[in-house]
Amino acid sequence: MSIKLSHIYHTYSKATPFERLALQDVSLEIKKGEIVAIIGHTGSGKSTLVQHLNGLLQPDKGTATIDEVDISAKGTQAKNARQQVGMVFQYPEHQIFAETVFEDIAFGPRNKGFSEEEVAKQVREAMDFVGLDYDTFAQRSPFQLSGGQMRRVAIAGVVAMNPDYLVLDEPSAGLDPRSRNAVFREIMALHKSRGIAIVLVTHSMEEAVKYANRLLVINGGRVLFDGEPGLIFKEHGAELVQVGVDVPQVYKLADLLRQRGLKLPEGIKDEMALVKAIKKVKGWK
Amino acid sequence: MLTEITLGQYFPGNSLIHRLDPRTKILATIIYIIAIFFADTSLSYGILTAFAAGVIMISRLPWLMVLKSLKPIWIIIFFTLLIHMFTAPGEHIIWTWKFLSVTQEGLDLGLKMAVRLVLLLLFSSVLTFTTSPIVLTDGIEHLLRPFKALGVPAHELAMMMTIALRFIPTLLEETDRIMKAQTARGADFASGNLLQRMKNMLPLLVPLFISAFRRADELAVAMEARCYRGGEGRTRMHELAYGISDYTALVLVLALAVGLAVMRWGKLCGL
Repeated sequence: MSIKLSHIYHTYSKATPFERLALQDVSLEIKKGEIVAIIGHTGSGKSTLVQHLNGLLQPDKGTATIDEVDISAKGTQAKNARQQVGMVFQYPEHQIFAETVFEDIAFGPRNKGFSEEEVAKQVREAMDFVGLDYDTFAQRSPFQLSGGQMRRVAIAGVVAMNPDYLVLDEPSAGLDPRSRNAVFREIMALHKSRGIAIVLVTHSMEEAVKYANRLLVINGGRVLFDGEPGLIFKEHGAELVQVGVDVPQVYKLADLLRQRGLKLPEGIKDEMALVKAIKKVKGWK
Repeated sequence: MLTEITLGQYFPGNSLIHRLDPRTKILATIIYIIAIFFADTSLSYGILTAFAAGVIMISRLPWLMVLKSLKPIWIIIFFTLLIHMFTAPGEHIIWTWKFLSVTQEGLDLGLKMAVRLVLLLLFSSVLTFTTSPIVLTDGIEHLLRPFKALGVPAHELAMMMTIALRFIPTLLEETDRIMKAQTARGADFASGNLLQRMKNMLPLLVPLFISAFRRADELAVAMEARCYRGGEGRTRMHELAYGISDYTALVLVLALAVGLAVMRWGKLCGL
């Protein structure tokens, strides 16, 4: 059970002066149950890459398969496979169109051919996941909600399709810190309870490290590094800075402390973990 | 997807055509289009085609791209040809099948109309390919200025056009994005009968309208915040000025038009 890209090439505006090679020879596999963060600076090709994960873009060369089904093919089998990948775009609240929250969230599952009963059940569950109370919100107009709430409606609309893989392109962009944390908490809860794979596209190394157990660094349309975040920082810190991606502050601080002789363990992901580790090493209470 | 449309897109460059004053290019295009309708013999069509080809060559635009701008209307051209072929009256029948017949006259007429449309489109696409939208509307504003006395709001019209042109790519991009997002949610924009398809467009159109209104609102606020209050007393950063190449270009295209007019009606006046 995995999404596989092998030797994907993608060129925009082919045969015009605006021609731009966005992806070259990208091969990767995303297994069910993983949390993968894709990171890279603006224009590195990460948005193009994720659009190949569910066949929204067709590769010029190379193949993309979901659970062994070639998704560039026509026919219901390929279509069903594509729909196993839920895609939450940047600013997903801009795609809301229905008169009520319920109707908007029900759009995806209905297209997928679920029965009305199943649709209602999925909508309720999806709203639960994103922390929107069903009785309060289901019959309200989505356009009267706050930005953070609208974003949750949009995410719920994808979750309600019950995908095996969920791709989120900068899900926290433009949200205040509290909504940001809430959105991530909900995504992680979803990962835990349904065991679906999460692919997180982000600018923020802090976010990537905090939530992902695998990191893909994209630069110039190629996969530069692929592996465990801590390991990548340790081995390729200098190169990361060169391609415009910075190592998180916590890692830098922990490294400095280690250089000063503090025996800190590896894999410290956030401030709280660092504080705990220091306390433990020093024997402070 | 939608971002592949080339009609009306600016193609940056530094050729002689690119550097011409926008007013020159607009006037030349108008004159050329008028000249197209003077043509009646294959020789005159040949001259027109050669002229257009020459201009495209000087502009150093890639041929393929210029020809691609015909893509959105090739169906119209094709049907123009067909309708003329089958409906024009004439004596010399070259092909018949039951009640359908093609006459030599009809074929000629159809070909002429098709060539006219192609030339018209090619020439005006050179205008938009070589002139950035901002400069283009600047030129239009200047050309409309004499009509201000008649109550034509030249500046406001130009500003509206600038904004409209500026937002075409943005809205196309937005459409593309929303289309992809809804496709990922299983929307189907391509199948079903007409009514079904129109209904399927809702998830695309509603968000698009909302975002267009939001953008309009934001833009209006941004303009007011910078004290925009119409064209009265407004100065500009780049003043337009005609140069030698502009006069030359205008003379050439005028000569073309006059030449074609003489070829057509010269005999009537005894020339």
